[in-house]
Amino acid sequence: MDLSAINPIILVAALISAATPILLAATGELVAERAGVLNLGVEGMMITGAVCGFIISVNTGSPAIGFVMAAVGGGTLSLLFAFLTQVALANQVASGLALTLFGLGISSLMGQNYVGIKPPRMPDVNFGPLSDIPGLGPILFSHDPIVYVGLLIVAGVWATLKFTRAGLILRAVGENHDAAHALGYKVKRIRTLAIMFGGACAGMGGAYISLIRVPQWTEGMTAGVGWIALALVVFASWKPWRVLLGAYLFGGITQLQLNLQGAGVALPVEYLAMSPYIITIVVLVILSADKSRAPGSLGRIFHASQ
Amino acid sequence: MTTPLLSLRGLTKAYPGVVANDDVSLEIGRGEIHALLGENGAGKSTLVKMIYGLVKPDSGAMEFSGASFAPQDPRTARAGGVGMVFQHFSLFDALTVAENIALGMENAPAMSQLAARIREVSESYGLPLSPDRIVGDLSAGEQQRVEIIRCLLQDPKLLIMDEPTSVLTPQEVSILFETLNKLRSEGTAILYISHKLEEIRILCDAATILRLGKVVGTCVPAETTARDMAEMMVGTTLKTPQRSGATAGEVILELNKLSLPPASAFGMPLREVSLSLRKGEILGIGGVAGNGQDELLGALSGEIRANEGMIAYKGLDMASMGPNARREIGLLSAPEERLGHAAAPDMSLIENALLTGAVREGLVKGGILNWSAARAFADQIIEAFDVRTPSAGNAARSLSGGNLQKFVIGREVLQRPDVFVVNQPTWGVDASAAAAIRQALLDLAESGAALIVISQDLDELMEISDRFATLNEGRLSQPRPAIGLSVDEIGLMMGGAHDEEVTRG
Repeated sequence: MDLSAINPIILVAALISAATPILLAATGELVAERAGVLNLGVEGMMITGAVCGFIISVNTGSPAIGFVMAAVGGGTLSLLFAFLTQVALANQVASGLALTLFGLGISSLMGQNYVGIKPPRMPDVNFGPLSDIPGLGPILFSHDPIVYVGLLIVAGVWATLKFTRAGLILRAVGENHDAAHALGYKVKRIRTLAIMFGGACAGMGGAYISLIRVPQWTEGMTAGVGWIALALVVFASWKPWRVLLGAYLFGGITQLQLNLQGAGVALPVEYLAMSPYIITIVVLVILSADKSRAPGSLGRIFHASQ
Repeated sequence: MTTPLLSLRGLTKAYPGVVANDDVSLEIGRGEIHALLGENGAGKSTLVKMIYGLVKPDSGAMEFSGASFAPQDPRTARAGGVGMVFQHFSLFDALTVAENIALGMENAPAMSQLAARIREVSESYGLPLSPDRIVGDLSAGEQQRVEIIRCLLQDPKLLIMDEPTSVLTPQEVSILFETLNKLRSEGTAILYISHKLEEIRILCDAATILRLGKVVGTCVPAETTARDMAEMMVGTTLKTPQRSGATAGEVILELNKLSLPPASAFGMPLREVSLSLRKGEILGIGGVAGNGQDELLGALSGEIRANEGMIAYKGLDMASMGPNARREIGLLSAPEERLGHAAAPDMSLIENALLTGAVREGLVKGGILNWSAARAFADQIIEAFDVRTPSAGNAARSLSGGNLQKFVIGREVLQRPDVFVVNQPTWGVDASAAAAIRQALLDLAESGAALIVISQDLDELMEISDRFATLNEGRLSQPRPAIGLSVDEIGLMMGGAHDEEVTRG
């Protein structure tokens, strides 16, 4: 066993990258849930985003356009969910599960001819001399643009929910849709927008896996990350910064246990492999012991019956 | 009077199977408090929803300040100068007072400015309120203030109030009336919906009475008796509940320092509630909602288990007994919430009759349901309590509030309880149904059962109780004979947190 082979700076830099798909997907789902919509289709929207981003990047040669189209792809798929739950008033749990199955199916159909191809690489952001700062440079200033986009989205979601009128209305719709309707807010429209935002974020998260983390296309490559993102939102008590913390914790322990496996730690691999799930859940359960609770109308169907 | 502020001409709105408003016309002048009276289902709510832009009329016209008025949605109505305080508060429990108010405004200022304006307006109208508090932690009276201030911040010309006093203590009612009188003197018109006819006689300048969607009369409340108004609403003569003063028998239920933690995050703990209940008497328990009523009912019904030695029924300790075990030996209850607690909304009346009647009415044998007996029991309730429904097979949800309430009360009364605990027996129920329910409770006591009636309606408690007590902050006051209690004394018994307002009012 050789723990000195683990470089803490590289580990931290890697965990930030490893956490980005979960972070994006969970932040999008957080917005949907704060608007009162429980969308269990995150996994399906992620994998659809992954394949859309991959196909577009390969064909255009531009990962940036790929990410944009991944967001569009995830958002489009989420419109199906929005139609089912907001217009057809279908059950949200069943619709979300159906969306995941549908997304997994359609993505493997779309990606049939793309197995084994290498996508164009997205260059890191050039911060010039900043990236040469010892320690901080590799951790903070040596990532691809999507890492920073993800952080901006978290900060933006937090600020919007806390400080803006739009955020207040979104929270109000999630808290009590009947009261919001009585005040004249368009519950269905607001929820549809929140669902689409969630879909777009999940799509980008998926594309981050297929374009940057793995970079290749294989069927079902999101491998349950969407479900982890869903759990993360709940354990983070629907708070954006806690989602960030949870995602980094999960990403960090995932990286650490890989490194530990590489260093030959005398623990069965199975225990190491399960450690990210257990530790993240334990930490967030402890954090969520305060009195914060789920949005009041979460998962409930809204029907404006007069 | 010059042109009225609001005039409605021939408003009609039909829903499938029912005409909610049929050719309704009325006029409200500036600075006038206008009462809208009617039983449940008379079409009051639909009418005000049309004025507030939540519902569009099928035909008819509205004029506001002399100009044609047809709001597409509540925002347009608010922009035009119409404010509305809802019966079931349209508030967000998890948000602060200021956030709730901002949501109801078109151009909300920045939070800090808004907080200052809330303080200013709440002071000047005598409705103290702190902008930073979470609404879920406020009392019903304070929550209503949030709604009122939300409206007042937009300088409405017309304020619609739907049953504003149903959840208030007498002191809070008098504070509210002062506020409304101040608004009237400033020229604001108020459309006031209430069941409480005495209040309308004190407060309102004019009244329009609806029955089955039609205007059946108008009157000047101060010159009309409450009884006449009630009879116009109902369309028949009313019976006053009668009872011949029976004497109380032996003690059947005893609470000994019953203490419980709160039932929910926004609930109230019970603190050392003691009482003894005798056969044949009705103990009325008043107090503002959220002061432990739900917890007390839960502890007696068996939904919440109390510790040993706290509840004794017929000398038996109730600590280990659940709701069905208690039903079996005659301790029955009916909770406040009709849909979802007293009755399962999407199940038929037969199934609902089965749910609480199974044990005492023998509707289940060896785990097998006896559907014909259940149907007979449901039909018996419908017959005896004049529940209006097409059949016993209809879902509980499809009944109007008053009819479902008659059903859930009747279901328990017909099981011949020895002790019957009921919370809000006539909440949101029209005058004739309320009278029928009260009569049934009195008859039950007459037959030797002991009753605990928890209610927000003090007139009701005074009408049927032998003894009266109040719940305040989870504490039960010493029960006193109901006869001869004055409104002031009752208000002081309810007192507690509202003491400061008593001295102010």
